[in-house]
Amino acid sequence: MTHAPGFTPSGLSTRESKSTPRTVRRGPNGERLMTSAMIASIAAPGQRTAPAPFGQALVELAKTNDKIVGLTADLSKYTDLHVFAKAHPDRFYQMGMAEAVLMSAAAGLAREGFTPFATTYAVFASRRAYDFICMAIAEEALDVKIVCALPGLTTGYGPSHQATEDVAIFRGLPNMTIIDPCDAHEIAQAVPAIAAHKGPVYMRLLRGNVPLMLDEYGYRFELGKAKMIRDGRDVLVISTGLMTMRALEAAEALRRDNVDVAVLHVPTIKPLDTQTILREAGIGGRLVVVAENHTIVGGLGEAVAATLLRAGVTPRFRQIALPDEFLDAGALPTLHDRYRISAAAVAAQIREWL
Amino acid sequence: MPTPAMPALAMPGARRPHGANLSLAERAYRIRRHALRMGEVQGQGYIAQALGVADMLAVSYFHALNYRPDEPEWEGRDRFLLSIGHYAIALYAALIEAGILPEGEIETYGADDSRMPMSGMAAYTPGMEITGGSLGHGLGIAVGFALGLKRKRNPAFVYNLLSDGELDEGSTWEAAMAAASHRLGNLIAIVDVNLMQADGVSVEVSNFEPLEPKWAAFGWHVSRVDGNDIPALVAAFDAARALAEPRPRVIICDTKMAKGVPFLEARERNHFLRVEADEWAKAIDILDAARDAALARGDA
Repeated sequence: MTHAPGFTPSGLSTRESKSTPRTVRRGPNGERLMTSAMIASIAAPGQRTAPAPFGQALVELAKTNDKIVGLTADLSKYTDLHVFAKAHPDRFYQMGMAEAVLMSAAAGLAREGFTPFATTYAVFASRRAYDFICMAIAEEALDVKIVCALPGLTTGYGPSHQATEDVAIFRGLPNMTIIDPCDAHEIAQAVPAIAAHKGPVYMRLLRGNVPLMLDEYGYRFELGKAKMIRDGRDVLVISTGLMTMRALEAAEALRRDNVDVAVLHVPTIKPLDTQTILREAGIGGRLVVVAENHTIVGGLGEAVAATLLRAGVTPRFRQIALPDEFLDAGALPTLHDRYRISAAAVAAQIREWL
Repeated sequence: MPTPAMPALAMPGARRPHGANLSLAERAYRIRRHALRMGEVQGQGYIAQALGVADMLAVSYFHALNYRPDEPEWEGRDRFLLSIGHYAIALYAALIEAGILPEGEIETYGADDSRMPMSGMAAYTPGMEITGGSLGHGLGIAVGFALGLKRKRNPAFVYNLLSDGELDEGSTWEAAMAAASHRLGNLIAIVDVNLMQADGVSVEVSNFEPLEPKWAAFGWHVSRVDGNDIPALVAAFDAARALAEPRPRVIICDTKMAKGVPFLEARERNHFLRVEADEWAKAIDILDAARDAALARGDA
């Protein structure tokens, strides 16, 4: 049985049996490959970073916007909302480890005219709190901003914490705007932009020391807009979230092989900037690759595929995404290589497809 | 396509003009009557629940709540949140009696493009604060309203009417804990204990008793009253509003389904009470006769 690129048979574990004893696995330099803290930094060694960009941006915004309030479900420290809680303690609501009341109370605050930022992990928002987000927030198009850490594969703790399908879940929800920022530069700009937007927003969050990259490209975030970060003749990578960083690194590596890679960054997954996507994908002769930190089911890749097919634009098309599986636990670099979303794996896949 | 003709109403219009000095019993009677008329229009509706909570709604809208009929979004209003969307027929009846909805729209109940759909939704109806229906949501949303009012130093109260069935939902208890944790003295929950939910008798579906110690243990001020005893309801609402402690308050109301229409009260208890097409007018006649008899005795 063969599968489209990126697909593996659903529900079949590729793991060794749990009855098989193991020895310590070591990396190329003999190092032990260990799972790091719950939220591993996705920054490469030596990469420029900025601390807690979401929390810092929210503190700044709250200075001039007295409608801003913050809520969390026992995860302020792990979503960088603790920075806001410290700066504006009277505008911070600790709701306890209770995602239903987190989302419901945010809805109530929005009904009273506030702009609540509600934070938790993406798995808990998308899986546990979905009905509350759907009926209390989205159905009334309330001004609640849902900001969630650990999107896709950004922790080695396994499926309980890996939100690999959150975008698929929220894409089906009317009224919901979905954004997946790439780096600290973009997060800082996205916070005031989503606060100014009327209606609910789901934002995937990178937290802690978050890499900085897009500032080097003179990039500015605009809600609903896809932006060309670099141009290229051979390949068009359409990417979102941290995969834009991976795509830019891969593009540099491929340039040395005389492969010219364009990168179109799509931070707003819904509503999708179909005009820009169709314009760029319609330029003949380029392989189109959609790259996302998300399951291959129901994310940006399928959204772009449907957009192209509906418009009759049919370039060669490939997806870089997580497989339709519950993912392994382990060290993040190991997992990013295993599931082929590291920069090296992105470059390797593009080479295979050329 | 032409709009299908509405079924003829047995008794169009209540028989006394809307007045400022009607008794709470008279208000409850009129709320029941509006609800029965809606049931007749649609041929169905959660009428047993509506008749059961009519006394509580009369006390809410004509004793406890602060509101302006011609300005449903008035910032100073007490917020009344209906989490049990299927009780909408009851709340519409109360909103009509309160002058927030026009009585003339009774004939549109449940019809296409009506402002009164079968399940209550915020976007459809003036005076409907939230979209209910997905049970277990209301109390959490009420927590957010109460937090927001406190932030604005707005002295309004937030009321949330929830059903005993909603006590099965874990989210109700998340909200109960959060309300006490945030010391929400401006939040009043009203639990309608009619002992009937979709699959049968509530305490047999999932035994939520003992209720008073349960709410008290969650940090709430608790009272439990006969939800069809108007003086008892008035006393409970007064006490809940007057309490100085910064604690959320719950009024547990034991109500009788289909209260006020004996032949429906006696019918086999069911979450969705069956009423035959010719029985709506009969129910209204019985309700009217009972009210007239009470007036003659001088106790209405």
